[in-house]
Amino acid sequence: MKILNPSPKLNRRSFIKKVLNGTIAGSLYLVWPMKGVSLEIPEQIPGIRGKDYDILNREFAFIVDITRCIGCGSCCVADKREYNVPDGNYRTWVERYVKGFSDNVYVDSPNGGLDGYQHPRTDIDEKIRDTFFVPKLCNMCREAPCVQVCPVGATFKTPDGFVLIDEKRCVGCAYCIQACPYSARFLNPVTKVAEKCTWCYHRVRKGLLPACVEVCPTGARKFGSMKDKTSEVYKILKGPGVLTVLKKEMGTWPALYYEGARREVI
Amino acid sequence: METAHGPAAMLISNYVFPNDLHVHWSMMIVLYPYITGLVDGAFIIAALYYLFDVKTLKPVARFSLLFALAFLCCATLPLLLHLGRPERNLNMLLTPSPSSAMAGFGYIYAVSMGVLVFIVLFVYREDLVELRTTSKGWLQLLYRAMTFDSIDLSKDALELDRKIIRFLVGIGIPIAVVLHGYVGFIFGGVKANPTWSTPLMPVIFLFSACVSGISAIILAYIVIRKIKGRSIDHGCIKTCIKTLTLFFIMAFAFEMLEVFSHSYLKSGYHHMVEGLLNGPLASSFWLWQVKICSVIPLFTLGVLGIFRIKTTLYNFLAAAVSGILLLQVLIMRWNVVIGGQLMSKSARGYTQFHPEWWGREGILAVIIVMAIPFIILLVLSRIFPFWETDNEIKAK
Repeated sequence: MKILNPSPKLNRRSFIKKVLNGTIAGSLYLVWPMKGVSLEIPEQIPGIRGKDYDILNREFAFIVDITRCIGCGSCCVADKREYNVPDGNYRTWVERYVKGFSDNVYVDSPNGGLDGYQHPRTDIDEKIRDTFFVPKLCNMCREAPCVQVCPVGATFKTPDGFVLIDEKRCVGCAYCIQACPYSARFLNPVTKVAEKCTWCYHRVRKGLLPACVEVCPTGARKFGSMKDKTSEVYKILKGPGVLTVLKKEMGTWPALYYEGARREVI
Repeated sequence: METAHGPAAMLISNYVFPNDLHVHWSMMIVLYPYITGLVDGAFIIAALYYLFDVKTLKPVARFSLLFALAFLCCATLPLLLHLGRPERNLNMLLTPSPSSAMAGFGYIYAVSMGVLVFIVLFVYREDLVELRTTSKGWLQLLYRAMTFDSIDLSKDALELDRKIIRFLVGIGIPIAVVLHGYVGFIFGGVKANPTWSTPLMPVIFLFSACVSGISAIILAYIVIRKIKGRSIDHGCIKTCIKTLTLFFIMAFAFEMLEVFSHSYLKSGYHHMVEGLLNGPLASSFWLWQVKICSVIPLFTLGVLGIFRIKTTLYNFLAAAVSGILLLQVLIMRWNVVIGGQLMSKSARGYTQFHPEWWGREGILAVIIVMAIPFIILLVLSRIFPFWETDNEIKAK
C-alpha cells in the first residue's frame, strides 16, 4: 500500500487556516448575542418572561411555613453564596425554638443557622416538649420604617412592593438599621453601606424564585405572584388558613407571612 | 420560675438577633447630641442676657456665644466620623428624603450656624471696627467683611446693632430648640426601640442640653477667671446657678418620668426596658446617672439656693456641681444611645458594647473631637475678647 506523503506547504497553509477559523469562530462565540444563561433555567414564576414587566401591576408575597422547616440551613448557605455576605452578618437566618414542659422558651441561632441544626441543645436541663425552626428575612413592609427614616432616599420601595437599597447613594448612617423592628439589616463591613435581603429581586425579574426558596428541600419557603391565581402563595393567602405576620403591633404591614407561627415567635 | 406569660420566660434564652450583636451607633453618636446640647445651653445664657435682659449675666454673655460657636463648628465632626461613607455626606443636602427626620439635619445646622455667626459679628462689631482700623492688607479686607463694611459706631448705629442682636437671638431660640429637639426626635421616632420610642425624648434632650450648656459656661467661667487671676462676678454665678437649678429639676423630672412611665404603663416590651435598666445599665444608669450625678447635684443646688454661703465656697460648689452635671448629661447620652441598642429586637436578650481605643469611633477620636472646640475657642479669643471687662481694662 502506497502511503501518500502530503506536501508540507499545504499542511502549513491548512494549519494556519484552521487556527484562524477557530480563532474567529471562538471570538464570535464570545461576542455574539446569545440567550442569557438564566433563560436556560425553566421559568419558575410564570408570566414574567417574554412580556413587558408592568411594574405597577405586579404584587408578590413570601410565605414561611414553620411546620415544614427542618433547620437544614440550605437557605442560609444559598443566600450567603448568592450575595457573598460577609461573615457575622445575615440577610436571612434560621432560629431554633425549644419549648420545655415548664413553658420556658429557649431560642438560639448559632452562626445564623448557616451550619444547619445538626445537634440538639445540650444546655437545657428540663424535659423538652416541642422544637421548631423559624426562618427570618426581610419583611418587605408596606409601611417600611427603613424607607421612612433613610435621610437620602437610598432605601426605597419599588412599585411592585420590594424594599431595596441603592448602594451607590447610601451614606452608611445606620438609621435604617435602628428603625427596622426585625433586625433584618446590617452595615456591610466591606462596602460600608446598609444591606438586607431583597427577596432576590434580580432573580424575580428574570422569572426565577429567590435563591433561598429554590433550595428549600421541604417547601417551607414559598414565593409567588399575587396576580397569578394559580400560584401557591395566592391560594394560601386567599384561603381559610391562619397566617400571621411578625410584630403586627409595629404597624409595618409586612408582605412576609408565617404559616404555623407559634405565639412565642417574635 | 414564671409561666410563659411572664417576662422571665421570654428572657430565659438571652437570645440576641444575629444582626443585633453589633452596636451600630457608638461613641460618636453619644458625642453628637452632647455637643449640640452644649451649644444650646450656652446659647440660652446668651439669650437670657441679650433678649430677656437678665443684666447679671452680662459677664458671661459674650463668652457663651463664642463657646456655642466653637462647639457648633465641631458638631458635624462626630457625624462624619460615624458615617460609613463620609464622602457622600452632601447627599443629605442634595437629595434629602422629606419623610426622614434626619434629612433636616443639614438645613437646621446651616441655619443655626448662620444665625450664631451673625449674632457674634454684631455683638463684637465695635471690637471688629477697631481691629479693622489697625490692620492692613487681606486682614483688613477680612475685618471689612466681618463688620459689614461699616465703621459707624455712632449711638444710633449701636442702637440698631442692639435691635438686630435682639431680633437674631429671638429667632435663634426656636432654631436652637429645633436643632436639639430634633436630635431627641431622631431617637424618639424609632418605634422599633422601646427605650427610645417616646415623645418625651425631645423634651428630655432639650432640658438636658440646657443643663450641660449652662454647666459648661459656669465651669469654664470660674476656671478661666481663676487661672487668669481675675475676679469672679458672684451675681452672675448666682443667676447661672439658679437657671441651672430650674433646668436640671425639669431635666431630671422628665428623665425619671420616662422610666416611671415604662414601669407603670407596662406597654409592649417594657420587660426589656426594665431588664436593661436593672441589668446591663444598672451601674451606669442607677448608680452613676441617677444617684451620683443627679441626686448629689440636686441636693447641692438646693443648698446653694437656700442657705447663705461664703462666696469662695459658693463658687467652689458651683464649679463642682457644674462638673458633675456635665458628666451626668454625658452619661445620660451614653445610656440612651448605647444603652438603647443593647436590647436586641428579639425582646429576649441583651448584647454588649466594648469601646475601642483606636479607629474612627474610638476613645482617642472622642478625645480629639472634644479637644478641637477648645482650640477653636482659643483662636477665637485672639480676635474676640471673652469678657466685657477685658474691654474696660483695655480702655483704661
